[in-house]
Amino acid sequence: MDRIDKARFEWVGANASEGGTITRPSTSYWKDAMKRLSKNKAAMICLGIIGIIAILAIFVPMLSPYEVSEQHLTHSYAKMGYKDPVDGHVHLFGTDTLGRDIFTRIWSGARISLFISFTAVFVNVIIGIIYGGISGYVGGAVDNIMMRIIEIINGIPYLIIVILLMMVLPKEINGVMTMVIAYAAVGWTGMARLVRGQIMALKEQDYIIASRVMGARALRIIFKHLIPNSLSVVIVNITLAIPSAIFTESFLSFIGLGVPVPLASWGTLANDGVKVFQQYPSQLIIPAVCISLTMLSFNLLGDGLRDALDPKLRR
Amino acid sequence: MIKYIVKRLFYAILTLLVLVALTFFMMRLLPGDPFIGEKAIPETTLKALNEKYGLDKPMMTQFIMYLKNIFRGDFGISMESRRPVVDIIKQAFPYSFDLGIRSLIFATIMGVFLGIVAAVKRGKIGDTLTMFIAIIGVSVPSFIVGAILQYYLGLKLFQVTGFKMFPITGWDSFSSKILPAFALSFGSLATISRLMRTSMLDVLGQDYIKTAKSKGLSQRKIIWKHAVRNAIMPVITVIGPIAASVLTGAFVVENIFSIPGMGKFFVQSIQTQDYTMISGITLFYGTFLVLANLIVDLAYGFIDPRVKLTDAKE
Repeated sequence: MDRIDKARFEWVGANASEGGTITRPSTSYWKDAMKRLSKNKAAMICLGIIGIIAILAIFVPMLSPYEVSEQHLTHSYAKMGYKDPVDGHVHLFGTDTLGRDIFTRIWSGARISLFISFTAVFVNVIIGIIYGGISGYVGGAVDNIMMRIIEIINGIPYLIIVILLMMVLPKEINGVMTMVIAYAAVGWTGMARLVRGQIMALKEQDYIIASRVMGARALRIIFKHLIPNSLSVVIVNITLAIPSAIFTESFLSFIGLGVPVPLASWGTLANDGVKVFQQYPSQLIIPAVCISLTMLSFNLLGDGLRDALDPKLRR
Repeated sequence: MIKYIVKRLFYAILTLLVLVALTFFMMRLLPGDPFIGEKAIPETTLKALNEKYGLDKPMMTQFIMYLKNIFRGDFGISMESRRPVVDIIKQAFPYSFDLGIRSLIFATIMGVFLGIVAAVKRGKIGDTLTMFIAIIGVSVPSFIVGAILQYYLGLKLFQVTGFKMFPITGWDSFSSKILPAFALSFGSLATISRLMRTSMLDVLGQDYIKTAKSKGLSQRKIIWKHAVRNAIMPVITVIGPIAASVLTGAFVVENIFSIPGMGKFFVQSIQTQDYTMISGITLFYGTFLVLANLIVDLAYGFIDPRVKLTDAKE
């Protein structure tokens, strides 16, 4: 092995000003996660589908020439793409028993179904974070009692409680809010358990102890450290809770506890479709596809988000 | 172990009490009065009626009466058909139980099997296919699966081939049970197969699997003797919730396929606002599920010794 001549090297001196610079742009946890998510094709397609459904739900009822409950008794059960000979408007998805335009009904139904699901899940998250946060942070006997309460609630199938609540809640507040209240009353237990677990694991971490040693108050620790750090789990869970809320809405509508008649939701549309399914299959298939596609998109997006936010759990 | 059983029993009883209280107070909260009818009832008759049914007593006494009646198996009389609720349950439950148990068994066996296949063939076509079925199963509600199966396999297939393979309604011959049971089990099957796959992948990455491999065991023995036995544990824990979802799913599936089970009666009683039926069936379902959960919990404690260890540590 040759000895390398020292003369070939040159001392350039310590460059203090360049030493501290970072050549690559810094990346945060969220940026990193979004980058991983954008590489997941299935999740991105689903995000696109959800976007399209949301846009259609917002604009179709506004722009459609038909009202939701406008009846055309001259051409009920019209086929898909039927053109009204009188005014020249097209019934893209045909018409139902009373000649109401299904395309308009589907997208105004989407408004109601999505509104119910989003609101219910939002309420669940708020209750879940507060309940789970207190339970996990305080710990001890309080935690024990709070978790036992959840255990008892979970012992009864939630659909049965929701049905009972739907029967009792006054119909005057309008069917949409009744459904939100009924679902929000029982749907939060999963979220609360999750947040509790997350907070319990986090609060023993060194940085929390350091923060406490430096004199941070409980509220600061909760809002500055514990909640932001459990957010990823919460977001994944929100995405996966929405399809379950959509399912609950359509299920309840299907058994006749849905939104009151002049309104339409995906569940009530499916329920109407089932009655005439054997003669006019498209009346069920259209709402069924909408329900399933939305649930599928949220499920796949949720899976993608979980992989992106928690690479350790990736399978 | 005894401590564990006692604890579980205690929770089961508590849950049941909460359920009974829930149905009782819901009934009291309902708008209207049982004696409001088309004809106005004279004051004295109303008083006598209230006295007869104990409605003049304080709430707590009424609740105790209600509890006693339920304990004796008296769920009241259906407002719609004027038959005792218990009789209706006795008549309808065998159908629901038959449907439910078939669906549960099918979902568990198929779900576990698909989960194993997906985990062993990870990343290959078998895995992709299974996970595709699973995500569809989680996303398509059972009433849609039921209606579509009924239309295409029941009606269309018969119209096209002229051969009646699957009857679209009823619950008598074996072939009439296939479609409803499948529709009902599809969602649970999907949940179980996803869970089984995750759990199986977890186990396959463990050291003892490597040990088994390095001592020369065949792939089949490793999978069936070591991996599946350990991976199936989490699946057992979800059998309780799965039973609940099969049971509630039956409300709509029984309706679609016109099976004279409890789900059909339940939905009918919701539509006709037959409150005694609703509370009776709710209580029956609740009790049934709480017991099922209890059995699953206890079975889990017996099968997996680790459960006892973690329990003792607390």
